[in-house]
Amino acid sequence: MSARTRELFGLLPVSLLVAAGFAAVLATRTEDVSDATLTYGAVFLGLCVMAHLFIRARLPEADPYLFPLGALLAAVGLVLIYRIDTELAREQAQWFVVGLIFFCATILAVRDHHVLERYRYLIAAASIALLVLPRLPGIGEQVNGAFLAIKLGPIQFQPAEFAKLGIIIFLASYLRETGDILVRPRLRPLPGTSQLLLYGLPAGLTLLAILALDLGPAGSVLLIVFVASMVAVLRERPSPKHFGPLLLVWGLAMLMLIVIRDLGSSLMFFGGFLALLYVATGRLSLVGVGATLFFGGAFFLARNVGHVQDRFDIWLDPFERGVVNDEGYQVAQSLFAQADGGLFGRGFGEALIEFGGTPIIPAAHTDLIYAVLVNEAGLFGAAGVIGAYLLLSFRGFKTAMLANDGFSKLLATGLTAVLALQVFVIVGGVTRVIPLTGVTLPFVSYGGSSIVANMVLLALLLIVSDHARAEGIRRGGLV
Amino acid sequence: MNAQIRQLYGLFALLFAVLVGFTSYWAVVDAEGLEDNPDNRRALIEEQTIPRGLIYARDGRTVLARNVSRRRGDTTIFTRRYPTGGTFAHPVGYSFIENGRRSLELSRNDALVGEEDEFESILSGLENRDTEGQDVVTNLDVAGTQAAVAGLAGRKGSVVAIEPQTGKVRVMVSIPEYDPNQIPSGFRAINTNPDKPLLNRSTQELYPPGSTFKVVTAAAALDSGKVSPESIIDGSSPKTISGVPLENSGGQSFGAISFTDALTNSVNTVFAQVGEEIGRETLVEYMRRFGFYADPELDYPGFQMIPSGIINGDGDYVDDGFDVGRVAIGQGGLEGEIRSSPMQMALVAAAIANDGRLMRPRLTDSVVRKDGRVSERIRPDLQSQVMKPQTAEQLAAMMSRVVEEGTGTAAALSDVQVAGKTGTAEVGEFREFTQPWFICFAPVEDPQLAVAVTLERQPAGSQGGTVAAPIASSVLQAVLGG
Repeated sequence: MSARTRELFGLLPVSLLVAAGFAAVLATRTEDVSDATLTYGAVFLGLCVMAHLFIRARLPEADPYLFPLGALLAAVGLVLIYRIDTELAREQAQWFVVGLIFFCATILAVRDHHVLERYRYLIAAASIALLVLPRLPGIGEQVNGAFLAIKLGPIQFQPAEFAKLGIIIFLASYLRETGDILVRPRLRPLPGTSQLLLYGLPAGLTLLAILALDLGPAGSVLLIVFVASMVAVLRERPSPKHFGPLLLVWGLAMLMLIVIRDLGSSLMFFGGFLALLYVATGRLSLVGVGATLFFGGAFFLARNVGHVQDRFDIWLDPFERGVVNDEGYQVAQSLFAQADGGLFGRGFGEALIEFGGTPIIPAAHTDLIYAVLVNEAGLFGAAGVIGAYLLLSFRGFKTAMLANDGFSKLLATGLTAVLALQVFVIVGGVTRVIPLTGVTLPFVSYGGSSIVANMVLLALLLIVSDHARAEGIRRGGLV
Repeated sequence: MNAQIRQLYGLFALLFAVLVGFTSYWAVVDAEGLEDNPDNRRALIEEQTIPRGLIYARDGRTVLARNVSRRRGDTTIFTRRYPTGGTFAHPVGYSFIENGRRSLELSRNDALVGEEDEFESILSGLENRDTEGQDVVTNLDVAGTQAAVAGLAGRKGSVVAIEPQTGKVRVMVSIPEYDPNQIPSGFRAINTNPDKPLLNRSTQELYPPGSTFKVVTAAAALDSGKVSPESIIDGSSPKTISGVPLENSGGQSFGAISFTDALTNSVNTVFAQVGEEIGRETLVEYMRRFGFYADPELDYPGFQMIPSGIINGDGDYVDDGFDVGRVAIGQGGLEGEIRSSPMQMALVAAAIANDGRLMRPRLTDSVVRKDGRVSERIRPDLQSQVMKPQTAEQLAAMMSRVVEEGTGTAAALSDVQVAGKTGTAEVGEFREFTQPWFICFAPVEDPQLAVAVTLERQPAGSQGGTVAAPIASSVLQAVLGG
């Protein structure tokens, strides 16, 4: 069975899910299953088949599971949003169509993803500009204390969703070039005195710092990991001049915390960066340095930026008196909704979203859509969706492993990692693993920017995949 | 690079596992804790959106509790209305979001909100039924209740009437009552009212039962074979009981008298001697069989019931060490004084009426779905065999004499034979008040109803036979005549 035929069959259950999901919601709404549900399923299937035919024509060898998995998640999102607000679902369906257009346009425009390497600095600059846009007066919009959206007339738009693609493209290209020379092994071991100095001095200083500065357990661990990673880097031969751009990326991430004030997006970007750094260099020590710098910076900012501090406190205890019905309302209600869902959920269309104009699940269609999912589909349904994300990232990383050149590998890895991280950041926020922040659940949450950006991401992955697998087949290898 | 990519994938698999783990924790492991969180209003809101089942009187027509709906945003919410006002307040209770629930509204809440077990909820999911409350049909008799309310005429007290063969509670009136419709706006005022209108005097208050308790003593004495109705006992007054002289009512001395005549005339000295004869252990044993020392086994919230029994000066229940002679006549001392709820005394009468078989008392007749199907019918249920049927028969005959020619003639009905017993306990610091009682059942040959009536702190001179017996008579008439 060819890859494309497998893809086509993969789309069938997706359409069934859409039809069944809409049927369930409609049934609880109007007490009779109208033909409308079949129409929704058929239209969705039609759209997906069109996209499939497009992939068949342009990317015949691309991974057969990526697109159906994306479509599956979009279908879950559509059903959930339809259940929350039919009008929003109509808009989301339109955005899904726009997303498909962008998907196809990307495939048409980027016939070979290597051309992106040529524009990497332009792409980086554009991405940074996008990130700063929400802070510009007049078009910037503050939501929940974070600056994530801009408003141009009637169109609201989240630039970070697109910036993440640009940053990944830049990093993949830059690290492809410098990954091997950032740190090189020493040809001869260091002389004994230098070794003593290298290990002894930092150890002593660290001990002194911990004792003198009263850092507390978290701070101490951060410092120890930082120093140990630093020492590990210095044991080899780092190339300081190539670190410049990387320090810049760290600085940007910190700046983002200050500028857009969103720990979640910042974590997502920086996590994607560290993932690429690790894959490009194979040095855990670099990740150690980067991660400790990030968490140290974040810690410092949490203490000093009110908004970040609040999120942190809510995360620690959302049920505190005076918080639970105020700043902590979102997190507390999210957990209450999940508890109400239980193992099997209450069924599609049964969740209590609002009561008499008061939201019971605030931001149900965006930030807390996962809480709605747990409420309606239960632990099993939610685990299924997480499973779909896991499969999606599996296919993404598989694409990276099959790719033949460094850029393709890093690009596929970065795109997959940033998608998976985004899932972790928002679901982790909703389930109180980490502080809740306002990023979307890819493909599922309501939001034009989100669905369009993620369709473009999917298109890029498919392009990389098509090249890699076509190459593999040319060489006669099994894929 | 591929090794690193694989490791990265492993890391994400781990992170996703953490997400599923946390979801499991909130959705399943800690779900109960979250549901009990006082800031979690989901259940409360959802209950408002479910139309509660109606509560009906025994006739199946008179609505005791219904719903009014109003729109709030996109949702319809329901609130309770009680068309009969305070008349059925104590048995029916109330249910309001802000004030909670009481009485049947609480004890039958699961049925009223249509709570289903796992299997039923899957079925109703398949049939696409909305959750809907089920109706509760009570055993409460409208005419009997009205007669009891009219009879008490605003005086504090209680009337309980039970169908002896089935345990069906036909009347449970406690005065003062409260208007459940006023609960949302006036709960504080009702709750702090010194007359304690929220207190159900039928089940939640204990009174000295006075001479009505003599039927318990008589049941123990006859059933244990210590005496027979014809036994001749010295009824002179005063008589020394536990070292202290005891007098008959009005100091009247009866001389040698039969046990039956002693009950007819409520002779204290005879019953005190009989009490000493049977002893504490036997008396307590029979009391337990009648249901003393435990909450009535009524379908009613536990916090609204209290066990009857012998209570000492510290307020503790005791089953030994008390002055058995004085307890036997419905009194006692610091070491132990007999105290009973009106419900308990009604159960005593009902057990005697039903050949010694005490049936579990029941306020509910059945639970009915909206489509008319009966989902639960409460069957008569034996609580205990208190005494031999012959004993019950002897006791019934003795109690008939009380109404025919003794202290309870005011309870006599023209066409049916009534068996009963009066009681008048002296209460208050200076014995300046009385607690008049009357317990009875009728018709004697085939008892249909057992009644207990008592009034709280009546002016001195108010006797059970003159104050309580007429109320019992009118309740009997209202229920049996209807």
